[in-house]
Amino acid sequence: MTDHDLLASIRAVVGDEYVIAHREDLLVYEYDGSVDRSMPRAVVLPADTQQVSRVMALAYDAGVTVVGRGSGTGLSGGAITPPEGLQIAFPRMDRILEVDTVNRTALVEPGVINLDLDNHVRGFGMRYAPDPSSQRACSLGGNIAENAGGPHCLAYGATTNHVIGMEVVLEDGEIVHLGSMAREAAGYDLRGAFVGSEGTFGIATKILVRLLPLPETVRTFLGIFPDIDSACTAVSAVIGHGIVPAALEMIDALSIKAVQNVTDAGYPNDAGAVLLIELEGLNEEVDEVSGEVEAALWDTGAADVRVAEDDAERERLWVGRKTAFGAFGTIAPNYYLVDGVVPRTRLTQMLRKVSEVSERYGITIANVFHAGDGNLHPCMLFDAREPGVMEGAMAAAAELMEECALLGGTLSGEHGIGLEKKEFMPLVYTDADMEAMQRVREAFAPENRLNPGKIFPDGSYWRPSAHPAAYTAGMYV
Amino acid sequence: MVSAPDRHSDAGQHMGGGIDAGHGFPYGLPFEGSLNDGPGFAGSDAPAEEDLYRCVHCGLCLSACPTYVETRLETESPRGRIALMKAVHEGRAGISERLVSHWELCLQCRACEAVCPSGVPYGRLMEHTRAQVQDNDLQSRELGHLSRLFLRAALPHNGRLRLAGHLMRLYQRTGVQRLVRKSRVLSLMPGDLAAMEAQMPVMGREFFSPRGQVFPAAGEKRMTVGLLSGCVMPLMQGDAMRAAVRVLQRNGCDVAVPPAQGCCGALNLHAGDLELGRHMARRNIDAFKRAQVDVVVTASAGCGSSMKEYGDLLRDDPEYAEAAHEFARNTRDITEFLAGLPLHPPGAELPWRVTMQDPCHLAHAQRITEAPRQVLRSIPGLELVEMAESSLCCGSAGFYSLIQRDMSRRLQERKVGNATATGAEVIASANPGCIGQLEQGLRDASAGIRVMHVVEILDAAYQAER
Repeated sequence: MTDHDLLASIRAVVGDEYVIAHREDLLVYEYDGSVDRSMPRAVVLPADTQQVSRVMALAYDAGVTVVGRGSGTGLSGGAITPPEGLQIAFPRMDRILEVDTVNRTALVEPGVINLDLDNHVRGFGMRYAPDPSSQRACSLGGNIAENAGGPHCLAYGATTNHVIGMEVVLEDGEIVHLGSMAREAAGYDLRGAFVGSEGTFGIATKILVRLLPLPETVRTFLGIFPDIDSACTAVSAVIGHGIVPAALEMIDALSIKAVQNVTDAGYPNDAGAVLLIELEGLNEEVDEVSGEVEAALWDTGAADVRVAEDDAERERLWVGRKTAFGAFGTIAPNYYLVDGVVPRTRLTQMLRKVSEVSERYGITIANVFHAGDGNLHPCMLFDAREPGVMEGAMAAAAELMEECALLGGTLSGEHGIGLEKKEFMPLVYTDADMEAMQRVREAFAPENRLNPGKIFPDGSYWRPSAHPAAYTAGMYV
Repeated sequence: MVSAPDRHSDAGQHMGGGIDAGHGFPYGLPFEGSLNDGPGFAGSDAPAEEDLYRCVHCGLCLSACPTYVETRLETESPRGRIALMKAVHEGRAGISERLVSHWELCLQCRACEAVCPSGVPYGRLMEHTRAQVQDNDLQSRELGHLSRLFLRAALPHNGRLRLAGHLMRLYQRTGVQRLVRKSRVLSLMPGDLAAMEAQMPVMGREFFSPRGQVFPAAGEKRMTVGLLSGCVMPLMQGDAMRAAVRVLQRNGCDVAVPPAQGCCGALNLHAGDLELGRHMARRNIDAFKRAQVDVVVTASAGCGSSMKEYGDLLRDDPEYAEAAHEFARNTRDITEFLAGLPLHPPGAELPWRVTMQDPCHLAHAQRITEAPRQVLRSIPGLELVEMAESSLCCGSAGFYSLIQRDMSRRLQERKVGNATATGAEVIASANPGCIGQLEQGLRDASAGIRVMHVVEILDAAYQAER
């Protein structure tokens, strides 16, 4: 089948207007939220599972690579499509098919936006818990591919804990079901293997997610600390009390400055670090735990502890946290962040390493992160137009990833490996480990036609190809 | 331009990640269409590199963009439009009809700008991009016609505008319009004349003209405000202008309407006619300077937004830069001004159920959403109910509704649906374009709801005191 025939066949399946193949239009499908870019051969916008299956079967027969794309907000290059590969995007598959209030589930298509689902089910007194900072733009399909996290995943777990079952199209177009429509499934947990497979196992076309009841009470604290060390101690103290807050976030002095440059989030300008802590639950429970949290903060040297008085104030505190990375633009034109994870008890040690690396390379590094689960986001701020700075930032990033691995942590908390971090996989996995992973992938996609060239090292060190003024990565976390 | 443009001619654009290209299309036929067959950006009004690369393509703007929400296509998103600008800037693509079509579908509502965590000045980028498109004569035919006939020939000239207004009023009020519509003669004419005619704004009974009037404050005088009369608003919505004057008087302001003022230039700027826009800005700066007012107040959100950006517009004009900054600093939207006074609350009840439609250039460009609600809440007995998506563009967007009729119509229906779902009897707005668009949408939907400017509602409450 020729190239021309393949596109014609695909057009016959989805309709002419749902195949984007003009290069000028494809310029906007070259990128996602990461630094890399590559122009796909065409973008296909299917309307339903059957169309996805038929398009994938056609591509399979023609020997063509397929990459799924949600909203293109990913930070590790997951949706970047190889030259001449086919991209499948889901703007037309954005229906919430069913909300089951008794079983507390929702059946959705992959193009549904995370926040739209949450807003929709709130009307029924429920919520969808995973809340990546990109939640107003990112799609459920993309969330599944990357096993997306978010501040509230501390208490409720990442995406994988909220997906019950899926309808999936495999590389050759076969439609299979993973997991179940009930709460538990017998046998191997293939659903669990699929979530976080970064689009290499198959493409989910229907997703059954778990919903949670809305909490009776939400209380948000701002713990203000003179320095980052005491704030780290406070994190350990809170968790050490056996408290699992819904969210526990750290914002350092530099990040406070950046945020306050853009918007008044209510963070004091002279603080060394602040902790944003949210408790949720029954009224009595939250009242009781609140006392313990406040005590833990004061005991570890908090300069002040504030409680959000109303929804507007809570909203304000969170806006600061969720837009912090964008606000770094007020300090330097470019940034690059590392999504490393360390055991919570090693936070202080890791942050010392960050500050040592910052000094040695002469690169400003800001820290805003999910302290509760040890997921750091050291963010290097620089101007890529200065010669050599970009290389320095990359080398510093590599050192930080190595340190995470040394401390018993890992490379990525929630952004995925993708293109960006694949060469670092040997830091945390042996060849045998990675071979075992590849064998699992082969069980789903023996021909490796789905999103190839991601996750596993192949000797091509990550090298940005974007415009020099655009070397930035990782907006939000 | 950048130092080393990444000019690629075919499919082989390099990847950072060493992806195995062997899985690509086996026959490697060329893409459809080509890149680079048009002019690039050039000159002093080109989009600035530092503005372009503030965008880190995070995608947080997507869900705020009306055209993306309607199409879910990346080409019709703010991030996509900036990517196309970057491609031109980098020399990877030329300005072409196709790129222009994506840029022209943009409403310039600036909802993306308000939610952008990186502070990308999208409005400025789009205006400068359109200036480049205009310079290269690559505007769509529709926009080109409108630019020549209306933006350049009519808007800057108060006399011609008023004459056109008189003719339209005659047409609408003497029964000719009824005859024409009944005869369907327009459908025999070439082009979309019938559709254009149907969208013709309804002229007000009485125009409002700037003649140097000074309306004295009622009671103790607090300050002197200069009122922008504007271009089409005094013709279409003279009632709202008179209401604006009365509520300002009632709140202790001498209201001066300086002569020699004119259109604020917003529409010209949005279309990319920056030079004419600058000329119109200078004229207004001069007119209000002579009137010696404390603040300049406008009842049109679109005008306020442009006037507050005069400083940026004229920053390279040695003669006007300082005065333009001063003018911008002293400009207030009328709802912002009244809420900040603060206003005298009306003494009588107005038992209306009202919903607020946020004009884009108030909510997004000026970031004002609370002030109009404060004004409305100051009215005893008035019930304010919120509609869904209150700040999603209604599709008016200047003359967008004349050029992008399909998208405009879709957004209009969406807005009317959201507004009527509240059960409100009055939709409040603060921009002449939105008011006209909503009125027309409601006429089409046969919904028995009125659209009023916030100051008309406040004025009605003051009138009820008597």
